[in-house]
Amino acid sequence: MSSASRPPGDTATAGVAPQRSDRSPWNWLLLVGIVLPLLVPIYNRIEPTLFGWPFFYWFQLVLVAVGVLTTSLVYRATRRGSADRQAARDAVARDQER
Amino acid sequence: MGGINTVELTIVVVLFLLVTVLGFLASRWRRADNLMHLDEWGLGGRSFGSWITWFLLGGDLYTAYTFVAVPALMFGAGAAGFFAVPYTIVIYPLVFLVVARLWSVSHVRGFVTPADFVRSRFDSPTMALLVAITGIVATMPYIALQLVGIEAILKAMGVNGDLPLIIAFVILAIYTYNSGLRAPALIAVVKDALIYLTIIVAVIVIPSKLGGWGAIFGAAEEKFSAGAGVILPATGQLGYATLALGSALALFLYPHSITGVLAASNRDVLKRNMSALPIYSLALGFIALLGFMAIAAGVTPIGTDGNTIVPVLFQQMFPSWFTGVAFAAIGIGALVPAAIMSIAAANLFTRNIYKEYLKKDATPQQEAKVAKIASLVVKLGAVLAILGLNPQFSIDLQLIGGVIILQTMPSVALGLYTRWLHRGGLIAGWFAGMATGILLVYNIPKLNPDGTVAREHFGGSAFALSKFGFDTKLAVYAGLIALLVNLVVTLAVTAVLRAMRVPDGVDGTAESDYTAEREDPTVRDLPDPLESVPPGLEGGARAGR
Repeated sequence: MSSASRPPGDTATAGVAPQRSDRSPWNWLLLVGIVLPLLVPIYNRIEPTLFGWPFFYWFQLVLVAVGVLTTSLVYRATRRGSADRQAARDAVARDQER
Repeated sequence: MGGINTVELTIVVVLFLLVTVLGFLASRWRRADNLMHLDEWGLGGRSFGSWITWFLLGGDLYTAYTFVAVPALMFGAGAAGFFAVPYTIVIYPLVFLVVARLWSVSHVRGFVTPADFVRSRFDSPTMALLVAITGIVATMPYIALQLVGIEAILKAMGVNGDLPLIIAFVILAIYTYNSGLRAPALIAVVKDALIYLTIIVAVIVIPSKLGGWGAIFGAAEEKFSAGAGVILPATGQLGYATLALGSALALFLYPHSITGVLAASNRDVLKRNMSALPIYSLALGFIALLGFMAIAAGVTPIGTDGNTIVPVLFQQMFPSWFTGVAFAAIGIGALVPAAIMSIAAANLFTRNIYKEYLKKDATPQQEAKVAKIASLVVKLGAVLAILGLNPQFSIDLQLIGGVIILQTMPSVALGLYTRWLHRGGLIAGWFAGMATGILLVYNIPKLNPDGTVAREHFGGSAFALSKFGFDTKLAVYAGLIALLVNLVVTLAVTAVLRAMRVPDGVDGTAESDYTAEREDPTVRDLPDPLESVPPGLEGGARAGR
């Protein structure tokens, strides 16, 4: 492992690293999952009940699904191409073989 | 209670032995050729894929204490206890982008702890030390509280004395020492299988025995009819939302969460996990409602220990053998986070105190050795704390823990986005936020149901705004107020220091570090901060080389 590690000083720095951006308009969608659960007055009520559950409880579990949906959407929309992702997986596999 | 329940105890002991074997075998898992390196012992080789990361972070964030204390809170306080659900919904979109940036910069620069990052980013060993100390202090009582979870099941089984607790923790300490982060990662899989099995059975069996969900909510409605029933009183809504938000902001600042994040093998793994982890939140929602089921079932806690209501409920509802499985789930659920937390605290001590101040030229082997010993000391401390001190002390400390860990937010989280904040401003802000937070929590009384004061100090985390002179019954999470003070001071002092042109040090990171991917040449497979000092650090404390 030590023989494989890069030389001291590490020449591969800012100049070599690819410039990427994690900005995307899709990221705004994340706000839905943050803001909605904090708006307590909209769900602090008993009616309508569902299977005997007051609204307060079942709606917050629905919000879990909303959170999953929005983060998954943002992930799908902003993830890199399959070739790039494969490259990352290859890098993991390569490192493990050392 | 009348004696020990042998069926339950046998099943718990057998399952406990199973995970112990797993814990020891974990050191051979994914064959690390050399565990004597902090990246291997303390971060599992930074190689965990989506599934393992999901189990590890799940075991890390949703602890046994949560499983025991959240229903206990619902049992005692009603709807307010359900804050754990919005808390764990909000968190993932909140940190979705942030953890990926932290992962990238840490992999490029070889950071093992959040304090490593702060040290390099702001060129400030002092702020790094503050982050490290905050992390250790906030984590210690959290570990101790995991023992409270184990204690609750031992009490319910009729096992008395401290010896079983000590044995459980000694075994945990040995295999963590031996296998590092790989042990909790592997055990987390078993823990989750047991937890999900227990919950699924519980939500099917218990309501049918109690006459349906309507009856369960009805019983809770009746118990809390003096207040707002099963929903929040109008004045409780702001406290509910701010506690959820504040707790969410705090969670990924805890060292053990960051350890779990850094152990992931690439950015994709983390992002995918941010959308898959909420499945635990769904489970947590059902777990919280166990508190209402206990009300409907007429459960009375053992002695005055409210944390025993879930174990007692299981005993009333399940046959002994399944109660044993459920108890094992809680017990093993305590071991996983306790192991990760002790590893995280050990990493902090090693990297930011030992190596920074005690032995600057420590080799990777020495670092790993020190971390392993530190993890033993941390667990010993937790056991002594539970045995020697009133458990209430740990609960108080854990309450403060959330408030104080939030004070590292400007340097650790905002630092991932901006270098504008001045190290002097961050330090001043930390002290201001810390003082405010502790003062606020100290001044929160605990009230009896009839409104009289049960305890004058450390009675909760919701600070009544009326104490500031506002004419209102609203309360706000104390941690958020402290964070606000922290941010204002940080920004103000930064502005002054920048205007005075006080040197702000050299940024040890580059802009492109924050979006680096696994395959990039800059990302090291096994970063060794000793062999390759990141640019910008040459002038720092490691200049001896």
